[in-house]
Amino acid sequence: MSDLKTTSLNALHLELGARMVPFAGYEMPVQYPMGVLGEHLHCRASAGLFDVSHMGQVRLAAKSGDLSGVALALETLVPVDVLGLAEGRQRYGFFTNKDGGILDDLMIANRGDHLLLVVNAGCKDADLSHMQNGLSGVSDPEMINGRSLLALQGPKSETALARLVPDVAGMRFMDVRTLDWQGVDLWISRSGYTGEDGFEVSVPDTDAETLARELLAMAEVAPIGLGARDSLRLEAGLCLYGHDIDETTSPIEAGLGWAIQKVRRTGGARAGGYPGDAQIMGEIDEGTARKRVGLLPEGRAPMRQGTPLFADATSPAAIGSITSGGFGPSVERPISMGYVDRAHAETGTKLFAELRGKRLPVTVAALPFTKANFKH
Amino acid sequence: MKYTEEHEWLMPEGDLVVVGITEHATTQLGDLVFVELPEAGSTVSKDDEIVVIESVKAASDILAPLDGEIVEVNDAIVADPTLVNADPMGDGWFFKMKLDNPSDMDDLLDEDDYKALID
Repeated sequence: MSDLKTTSLNALHLELGARMVPFAGYEMPVQYPMGVLGEHLHCRASAGLFDVSHMGQVRLAAKSGDLSGVALALETLVPVDVLGLAEGRQRYGFFTNKDGGILDDLMIANRGDHLLLVVNAGCKDADLSHMQNGLSGVSDPEMINGRSLLALQGPKSETALARLVPDVAGMRFMDVRTLDWQGVDLWISRSGYTGEDGFEVSVPDTDAETLARELLAMAEVAPIGLGARDSLRLEAGLCLYGHDIDETTSPIEAGLGWAIQKVRRTGGARAGGYPGDAQIMGEIDEGTARKRVGLLPEGRAPMRQGTPLFADATSPAAIGSITSGGFGPSVERPISMGYVDRAHAETGTKLFAELRGKRLPVTVAALPFTKANFKH
Repeated sequence: MKYTEEHEWLMPEGDLVVVGITEHATTQLGDLVFVELPEAGSTVSKDDEIVVIESVKAASDILAPLDGEIVEVNDAIVADPTLVNADPMGDGWFFKMKLDNPSDMDDLLDEDDYKALID
């Protein structure tokens, strides 16, 4: 794996017995000796520590010193209310293309004198140049090197992190703060991608391993790999970029319309003004031909990405396909997500998936599969 | 005990052989969540894809190690796939088969060959 980049926790992962795999150009832990099932259940019951340092952290400071100018410029790339994002708050968004597809999904935080974006590892270089073009004159987007990103997720995350940083106890879901830990500035958000309460902590590379070790020394905390990260987000009904969403899926088809605030919709004060706006606003008003849905396979066989879906046991034409699927350790059954024609998207609709040459029954289900557990 | 390059083990038991996957294979695959076994009584040829196993992360096929007939399958691992992880060389066996040519076993890997393969 010599061509792969490593994070500042690489040696720690190896010491912990992780199995390392290539992921988005990085050597990352897919699982530790506890195994994917155990890690998943541990995270839902207690607290799990994830190395997400491969993700891109991008700082958008204002050339003029006026952050609202940067917010407005960013609004030309994302259909999100950035201007209305208060200092110390974060929200979810996505870069769109001219056809209304999704270039990447991301988190946007207002940290007072700059916006901090967290973008997917596999898209981060493209995202940076997209922003350099889109924000030129207003901000020089800076990919932050030298800071790692740890996620601590699960119902005991607050208990664990508050031992090191007591003030995290006062944070609500999607709050962002800079808090001190032994003289080190931690950039903390109360968020994550597991459906559980938790935090994402940006820490200087030089301090990341010490912080990780202090957390892992706590009885509540276990290290969690990419395998369980995927099953956790799937149960939580969250989209994985490159699978459930990509340049060919619109946010409305994907069920992400909630992330487009009223002010950016038809009739809003800053309606449209982003790539693909006509397409996306039309879809908000008129609906889409297909929709992302949850899917419950009837049997025990997991149904994974690429599995075609049919309206009945013999019909020749597929009405959709699965974009993510696997076994849900907390729900103790196979679960999937995928896109289906609008006519077959109602919860409870019986469909068939073609798996290894056989048509197997599957039912359209509401997302998420497990209830979110955020601290509002 | 014999082994295949596909990480199966074969243990003679009377005039049958018991087939399973090695501990190395289960470690690589991770926790199994689904197993689909062939029908008892079916005739198989070497390298037929006769078993589907899925871990939390991925699906894999298990190939027939040699020509023969599937005589018995281990339904316990269908009901609880984690048995394979817990005891791959014991309770986690997959199926028993009657070989068309018992001497075919001689062509498979012995323990030292297999250890060399996975090191």
